Amino acid sequence: MSSRRSRQSGSSRISDDQIIDLVSKLRELLPEIRDRRRSDKVPASKVLQETCNYIKNLHKEVDDLSSRLSQLLSTIDPDSPEAAIIRSLI
Amino acid sequence: MSSSLISPNPIPTSSPATAGGGDRSREAKTRRRKKKAQAQAQAQSKGRSQSSKWKSHAQQQIFSSSLLQALAQSRRGAGGGGGGGGGGGGGGRAVREAADRALAASAKGRSRWSRAILAGRIRISKFRKRKRPAAAVAAAAAGRSRKPRVSVSRLRGKGMPAVQRKVRVLGRLVPGCRKEPLPVILEEATDYIEALEMQVRAMSELARLLSGVASTGAGTSSDSPAAPPPSQ
Repeated sequence: MSSRRSRQSGSSRISDDQIIDLVSKLRELLPEIRDRRRSDKVPASKVLQETCNYIKNLHKEVDDLSSRLSQLLSTIDPDSPEAAIIRSLI
Repeated sequence: MSSSLISPNPIPTSSPATAGGGDRSREAKTRRRKKKAQAQAQAQSKGRSQSSKWKSHAQQQIFSSSLLQALAQSRRGAGGGGGGGGGGGGGGRAVREAADRALAASAKGRSRWSRAILAGRIRISKFRKRKRPAAAVAAAAAGRSRKPRVSVSRLRGKGMPAVQRKVRVLGRLVPGCRKEPLPVILEEATDYIEALEMQVRAMSELARLLSGVASTGAGTSSDSPAAPPPSQ
């Protein structure tokens, strides 16, 4: 283990623990893997795959929401009172 | 006139929609500056106490207010030309880009993806539309059919082609991380996922508010006139 670490740290200057740490942090964010009970046995490639899927899902949600928002905004006729109300609400 | 805006009063009656376009934009600018300053002060006090800055409510407020201003600006610019016909697909893309820019601005430039978004939004989107569907479908199909059983040690070795491919796909999904090494991509992905979740939350709340306003505004439009009166 130590020999592997020293070899890699010579080439890439990245520690394995750092990568493990990042992967575990990423794992905590994913709802798919958070709900599973065997949190120790999730392989890293699975984490990566779930991350890609999750980001794609979030992108799709943002797209849907933005098209819905644009529809809503275009149907509001007087933009002065409603927009002012919304701006002050938020 | 503008001092009442900072207090949490929901409905300012007299101040915002006065006069013509020039006065309104100036007032909007001063209002925006004051609101942003106050929101930032709030965010600083709340953000430091919480561990991740994207989950704080103040951050969401900053994002929503900047998004609203961007939307209002774009609407004022393109309202005369394509008002009714721009909804749905075409208008959605503009909203999405405004939302992404607002999200990147809320990141305050501390992450690579936010800088990449702010730097070259037009360029990236043009490339994305062509490359992303084909590459994503291929990568997803390959990943599902193979099912490799690797652990973190393989990830450390960075030798497995399947893992490499997934890392490349991930790097392409997160803006600005196409050529970065693995830990950078992981870190950026962590931040980006939190930011995207915040964006989804804020936009869904905005949509909920707007749909509520739209449904009630259609019925009670007699209170406020459509055209802003010059003297109020």
